[in-house]
Amino acid sequence: MGQLTIPQLEQKANDIRKDIMRMLEAAGSGHSAGPLGLSDIFAALYFNILNIRPEEPDWADRDIILLSNGHCVPVQYASMAEAGFFDIDELLTLRKLGTRLQGHPERERLPGLENTSGPLGSGLSQAAGYAYTLQHIDDVSHRFVYVVMGDGELNEGNIWEAAMFAGKNKLGKLIAFVDRNNIQIDGSTEDVMPLEDLKGKWESFGWHVIEIDGHSMESIIDAASQGRAISNRPTVIIAHTIPGKGVDFMEYDYHWHGYGKSPDDYKKALEKLRTLDGKISHEGAGV
Amino acid sequence: MSTYSLNPHLFDDDVEQEPNRAGFGRGLKAAGEANEAVVALCADLTESTQMHLFRDAFPKRFIEIGVAEQNLVTVASGMARAGKIPFTSSYAAFSPGRNWEQIRTTITLNNQPVKIVGSHAGVSVGPDGATHQMLEDIALMRVLPRMVVVAPGDSVEAEKATKLIAENGQPTYIRLAREKTAIFSTAESPFEIGKAYILREGSDVSLMGTGTMTYQLLVAAEALAKQGINAEVVHVPTIKPLDEETILTSAKKTGRVVTAEEAQIAGGFGGAITELLSDKLPMPVKRFGMQDRFGESGDPKELLKHFGLTGVQIAEQITVWAQTTPRYHQE
Repeated sequence: MGQLTIPQLEQKANDIRKDIMRMLEAAGSGHSAGPLGLSDIFAALYFNILNIRPEEPDWADRDIILLSNGHCVPVQYASMAEAGFFDIDELLTLRKLGTRLQGHPERERLPGLENTSGPLGSGLSQAAGYAYTLQHIDDVSHRFVYVVMGDGELNEGNIWEAAMFAGKNKLGKLIAFVDRNNIQIDGSTEDVMPLEDLKGKWESFGWHVIEIDGHSMESIIDAASQGRAISNRPTVIIAHTIPGKGVDFMEYDYHWHGYGKSPDDYKKALEKLRTLDGKISHEGAGV
Repeated sequence: MSTYSLNPHLFDDDVEQEPNRAGFGRGLKAAGEANEAVVALCADLTESTQMHLFRDAFPKRFIEIGVAEQNLVTVASGMARAGKIPFTSSYAAFSPGRNWEQIRTTITLNNQPVKIVGSHAGVSVGPDGATHQMLEDIALMRVLPRMVVVAPGDSVEAEKATKLIAENGQPTYIRLAREKTAIFSTAESPFEIGKAYILREGSDVSLMGTGTMTYQLLVAAEALAKQGINAEVVHVPTIKPLDEETILTSAKKTGRVVTAEEAQIAGGFGGAITELLSDKLPMPVKRFGMQDRFGESGDPKELLKHFGLTGVQIAEQITVWAQTTPRYHQE
């Protein structure tokens, strides 16, 4: 895939956000805040970071991308459609009977998905199993395994079992993103079940930790490239994001974890996003 | 069917005994020799689940997970996506006891050919007591779409089963026992996934057993013969998918069915047979196994007796039951 410039990647993220709003409106259910907050990271992944071939989803030399918090899958579907894995119109079948775009991702339904997820906390282990195979059994050096997790799902014990395993085995092919948006269903992550000192936790498990602004395209790309360069430890990128990013009335509000009150919310959101077309330039970005 | 070769020393006092997990250990090593995609993962129980033979032969393909059963099966799921055939082992109480949802989502719904090896199943675990005597695993595993469920009858069969499930391309649960049990099959006995076998032909009642309980049914059939009851013994090592043809043919012939398992009868093997018969050939069924209760500490042989699961006890109960239970006759 040809390299997009930073402004083009930012525009792509906005396109993905618009796709997400259209999908949720058409579906009449689904999650809003997480997918919007992850749009910059997914634009960076599918249009810059991942070595993949949309026309050949099972290409043997591809990088692997696993979504652990499966409820955020609208952002992955939108990114895949924008990247050419399937026709963009299919996005409107989200959550409908017979669709390949299930409410939570099912690997066998859609070429290009690498796992099935929804129940939280299992993605990191699967990514670690894949990365272990590449590094310690098959001796493959040119492929990387990326996994995206939510911060609320770090409440799950399975995550920390995987963190120990990856640390012990020095899984340098493993690069994890934590979507640090500070919200979960019952409220703020620090009220529900505090995660801080999050950086210190990962470091103590033997991980290389990078903290970034999860809406800065350069930072996302730089962090991933740093993660690839570090071969003797797994890397976790704690990406600070704004839940609902891009739609001002959804931003920061944990009530938007799920679906809006009415389809009008999505029409309004789409209007907001359209006003950004051609005007996006990240604060402080050297473009 | 009638060519099943039983161990000729089956009823001798000194019949050869071995835990069926030992056969699994040999089978896994052989599977690893036959296919280099086979990998093994263990949760800190490598010798007791008999994975040490594989570990010593293929150290690069053995992964120690530590005491983390959720991680055990999810790491395996990721390795399967990377092209491997992972065997995961622990005690059945912990895997699939603790990690059922991970198995459901990342292995069966995700359709990855991960093998769940549940060792130390049943009350014959003995002195460790109820926490470690897994009785609900058959129910937990057979309810999952796509999951194959195998409970080998002895160590010879466990070895054959292990080699075969390595190549079946499906999520599979294999149930093993800690204790030594009699070896009733031979190297020549047939074994295929999804097949049931007539070990002894009879006409008055069909005794259907899975796992090591089949041996107890062979003992029961001998005792019943002395009472003038001619029992057929059907060994059903694959609980899912059931060999419907063999089971229904035997049931139709005798008109009465008995099931035996070292597990909860609710949802377990007896549940599976009862579901099949109520669907296709309704008839009286008596189920031996754990009757909605937990086990407890004790010597394994003592415990089987305590819960009424020895062949002699089963025969005594069948004698009474048969007198009051009419046989099914097809109109």
